[in-house]
Amino acid sequence: MQSSVSIQFLLGLEARNLKDVSPTMSVLEYLRKVERMTGTKEGCAEGDCGACTVVLGERFNGKLSYKAVNSCILFVPFLHGKQLITVECLKQRDGTLHPVQQSLVDEHGSQCGFCTPGFVMSMFSMVHNRSDLSKTSIDDELAGNLCRCTGYVPIVRAARKVLSAFEQDEFDQAENSTLEHLSRMHAQTIHWKTDDQKYMAPRTAAELSEILERDPRSRIVAGATDVGLWVTKQRRHLETVVYVGSIDSLKEIRQVNGTLQIGAAVSVSDAHSALAEHYPSLDELFRRFGSVQIRNLATLGGNVANGSPIGDSLPALVALNANLILNSAFGSRTLPIEDFFLEYGRQDIASNEYLARIDVPLPTPSQIFRIYKLSKRYHQDISAVCAAFSMNIEEKLVRAARICYGGMAGVPLRARDCESALLGMSFSKPNLERAKIALKQDFSPITDFRATAEYRSIVAQNLLDRFVQDVLTANDVTVWS
Amino acid sequence: MLERARLSPSAVRQAIAHDSAAQHVSGEAVYVDDLPEPRGLLHIWPSLSPHASARIASMELRGAAKQPGVVGVFSASSIPAKNNCSPSIGDDPIFAESRVDFAGQVVFAVAAESELAARMACSHAQIRYEIEDPILSVDEALRQRQFVLPSSAVNTGDSEVALQNAPQRISGRLRCGGQDHFYLEGQAAMAVPKESGDLVVYSSTQHPSEVQHLIAHALGKPFHSIVVEVRRMGGGFGGKETQAAQTACIAAIVANRTGRAAKMRLDRDVDMLSTGKRHDFRFDYDVGFDDAGRIQALRVNMASRCGYSADLSGPINDRALLHIDNAYYVENLTATTHLCRTNSVSNTAFRGFGAPQAMLCIERIIDEIAFVLNKDPVLIRQLNYYGEQERNVTPYGMKVTDFVLSEMTEELLHTSNYLKRRDDIRHFNRTSPIIRRGIALTPVKFGISFTMTHYNQAGALIHVYADGSVHLNHGGTEMGQGLFIKVAQVVAEEFALPLESIKIPETNTSRVPNTSATAASSGSDLNGKAAQDAAQKLKRRLSRVAAHLFEVDPKAVKFINGQVVGGRHSMSFKQLVNQAYRARVSLSATGFYRTPKIHWDAVKMKGRPFYYFGYGAAVSEVAVDALTGEHQLRRIDILHDVGRSLNPAIDMGQIEGGFVQGMGWLTTEELWWNTAGHLKTHAPSTYKIPTSGDVPDEFYVNIWDRGRNEEDTVFRSKAVGEPPLMLGISVFCAIADAVSSLSNYQVRPELDAPATPERVLMAIEKLKNKENCR
Repeated sequence: MQSSVSIQFLLGLEARNLKDVSPTMSVLEYLRKVERMTGTKEGCAEGDCGACTVVLGERFNGKLSYKAVNSCILFVPFLHGKQLITVECLKQRDGTLHPVQQSLVDEHGSQCGFCTPGFVMSMFSMVHNRSDLSKTSIDDELAGNLCRCTGYVPIVRAARKVLSAFEQDEFDQAENSTLEHLSRMHAQTIHWKTDDQKYMAPRTAAELSEILERDPRSRIVAGATDVGLWVTKQRRHLETVVYVGSIDSLKEIRQVNGTLQIGAAVSVSDAHSALAEHYPSLDELFRRFGSVQIRNLATLGGNVANGSPIGDSLPALVALNANLILNSAFGSRTLPIEDFFLEYGRQDIASNEYLARIDVPLPTPSQIFRIYKLSKRYHQDISAVCAAFSMNIEEKLVRAARICYGGMAGVPLRARDCESALLGMSFSKPNLERAKIALKQDFSPITDFRATAEYRSIVAQNLLDRFVQDVLTANDVTVWS
Repeated sequence: MLERARLSPSAVRQAIAHDSAAQHVSGEAVYVDDLPEPRGLLHIWPSLSPHASARIASMELRGAAKQPGVVGVFSASSIPAKNNCSPSIGDDPIFAESRVDFAGQVVFAVAAESELAARMACSHAQIRYEIEDPILSVDEALRQRQFVLPSSAVNTGDSEVALQNAPQRISGRLRCGGQDHFYLEGQAAMAVPKESGDLVVYSSTQHPSEVQHLIAHALGKPFHSIVVEVRRMGGGFGGKETQAAQTACIAAIVANRTGRAAKMRLDRDVDMLSTGKRHDFRFDYDVGFDDAGRIQALRVNMASRCGYSADLSGPINDRALLHIDNAYYVENLTATTHLCRTNSVSNTAFRGFGAPQAMLCIERIIDEIAFVLNKDPVLIRQLNYYGEQERNVTPYGMKVTDFVLSEMTEELLHTSNYLKRRDDIRHFNRTSPIIRRGIALTPVKFGISFTMTHYNQAGALIHVYADGSVHLNHGGTEMGQGLFIKVAQVVAEEFALPLESIKIPETNTSRVPNTSATAASSGSDLNGKAAQDAAQKLKRRLSRVAAHLFEVDPKAVKFINGQVVGGRHSMSFKQLVNQAYRARVSLSATGFYRTPKIHWDAVKMKGRPFYYFGYGAAVSEVAVDALTGEHQLRRIDILHDVGRSLNPAIDMGQIEGGFVQGMGWLTTEELWWNTAGHLKTHAPSTYKIPTSGDVPDEFYVNIWDRGRNEEDTVFRSKAVGEPPLMLGISVFCAIADAVSSLSNYQVRPELDAPATPERVLMAIEKLKNKENCR
């Protein structure tokens, strides 16, 4: 395959060919400093406020697919072979506003205007993806865009209006030529070096293993929604960045022998639908996982590999007894996910290894799975406590139980005493009380800005109650339903 | 009305879009950091104190100065004249001198060729601190009697005796948290040197004049050497009233010293760590009331976290005292507030300016009275409302003559279907053990005017060019609230011109001098009137020209729909302007306005501090999860009085946005410091303002159609910036209502703000324990 030393992409409908910039330069910085396009704003530099939202166009199933992403934590090389659309690209040459722009004007959806470009771009992706008109869906789609002025009412109205009226725009009209452009660019793989940084985007697993063997200090990135912050927030210097998003085998989702195999570079958005199909309780969790912009970039593998005790997918994957497939040039090993987390900030992975796949067993007939996430804010917040329960219940007795909590320890941790207390038991009141006492012994949570140890302890027990009630009444009760 | 709209499409009272709306949505609206960068622009990064309280034993900055790309390192000793950016008593150093008083205080700053170079260089300075014990809470400051200013109080009647004689009495304590402004655009300024040592400073500030003055003081220059300009802010909310000054001063100091343009832009973390926020408060109250629920006496001891310096804490605490009554007549009151000095960032103006906290307290008290008497809190509210003929004097001696909340409450009860819904909720709660619903109606009465009487003035400058186009300048700043469009509408109305004829340029201290901050909701009241004054002056001059041409009396000349009419004659505005120019008539005029009738004795705390009051009321309904403490707002109904609206679309935006901001303050937004005094919630990943999902689909807002300002404000409109924020109190009260259902409304919930899931669950736990004890 041809190798490229430059990054080729479309900015709107214009081709760009970039050299001589740091591979860890953010797209936001590129737009504002290099292109001097200042419509895209920095509000937080951590992918939480959405003022920097841009849209990436990519070939998907022979069509162009549009995804909203946070440009503040997106590295420039990620643009390779893609179309970058910013707020400046939307207005027509004759000055006519794009329908999403006009809708926001008509509904008085901007006040100070600083968040507005981000909303425009999220709404641009919504109309192209034909998003649902319901308030719930609009809220999910806009959760990654903060507005401090309007209270969102006119923005939601504008979104609804344009979603119901939108037909097509000049990006649709240019789709064929855009696709043609992109496939030409995409054919080239990047190996890119500056004075003090290297960027590689291998196309095969073998290539990746080879790179890691050669350069064990390589930093693997997929969506870089976490690593991006190392750069914007901590100003860490990354010498070798290896992007795994071009390796097709890491992006596959397959169902094999009762197991759902999810490639490590599958985006959280894609993992969401695959997992929620089998475990409906995960649907809400994934809707609350970061924001659309984050889920479009972040990968399930990244969420696991970076080992954060509050990673949203981890309690679920532990409770579901997922296995990790870790590969290196010397072979492959399989590890139960709970053994992967050694202690806070330390995981069982060698420097020449990479996470290739996450295998999630499919549900069995008597299995009941529920997950509950608690945070200060419903959308786009990090859990104070997240609890996942997976139990096999036969004739009202617990035959198997895996319970995992996030936010209760330095790693996502199973509540083993509680599990033992429940095994073979019914959910009678005394049994439940014993299980709760056991649960208390399972954890010694800490106090931080998300919650006190006391709240965590009480609510952890209450979530067991919630699970039992949901199981017994078969009628999940929350304030959100 | 329709007829009028057709005749004069640019007139006031119309729902016209924000003047920058098309620029906002296309990314063309320019903020400070978007301005074209002058050649050789320097970028500045500040270095913050890691300690809450420490003496600076030594400071060695040469290591930072030697880093690549660094042009200069600036600290207290780099300041030519005064090291101060305080808006009040001179106790805010631009750079720390011998000590640091909060974690996040700016110690020095690096100017470099790039932002990254400046930022990286900061860690190469060597500063030795001798750490001291910090005061980190209001409670500790009270214990150690550490205050930034003397305590102040409002007294009326004899609360001591009245409390003793009251048939019923409750005492309690309420704490409410502070709030970060979280304007989407962080603080930013760019200073550009001009000849003779002059500077033009582009600042994201609500108070360009004060920024001008503080820069001049820091550099030892007269005010005329400094021009401050602000086109727009990406949100302000009070956070750029005084807090913009430090950033602008540092940029000016660097530009002045280096002769190069210099820009300083705070990233989110630095902004949240180093700039002030809403004060958190502790209230201890003791209320006496009769068996019907009428308040006979109230004693409130307030204590606010002011942070390390005074900033605006004096007037903020005053406004808290002046709003402890909210909408209620309190015959005997002793309200005292203590301005606590803590080793945290100096707290500052934030939409509502101390009033929201005090109003939360009185609303809590009303709820508790209702609770004790087992009555609907709405009845207690109505019973205690100010009267029209009697019971109409505030504790600070101002007569309330425009009280419309009785009418508004009736209307809102009806439109929100409150009574039926309250019954339904009680019924629902009887059969729902875990999910509990609550409902509350809370009113808002908010005093309009700066309590500092002399701030209540404004200037304007209007040029009419020979082609008939109009250039409108005033001292107000645009932060998204729609001030510019409102003032433009006023001027368009006066001249009967289409809005396109009116240019709304940036605010600039060289065009209108000595301005007040765009704050205290006063923007359109003050600047609208000043601009109207200028427009009317020009109209009088033009009328004389027309009268001469038309041979009619000047009084007979009318401006209608772009035309000037007199007798049977008429000509276009443009033609008349041209005639006036040729007749050598000045086509430029200044306007001025000072709010009439107001006076205030700050020592006795008596007088008429407010020109009038803004009113509103809200009904919130929530669901609370008794297992987790989570809540969801299910429905909101708002009725708000904006007098006769200058622009209903803009006003609606202020009402909706203000409510949601108030709701955020009382629910999800939590400032959390660790035991060393470090703020750990300093970015959106950790500090949670509402998202769209926190706002219910059932969101009904009405602008009160009977609203009219009895005072002679601009076209009888009312200020709308701050009052709606306090509508959010209804959410908090509704949550408390839902919580108390868990004791079958027998135990008063001890819920503090913000009502995070944790605080709600802990209130539920306390309630359970109390019930067990009974």
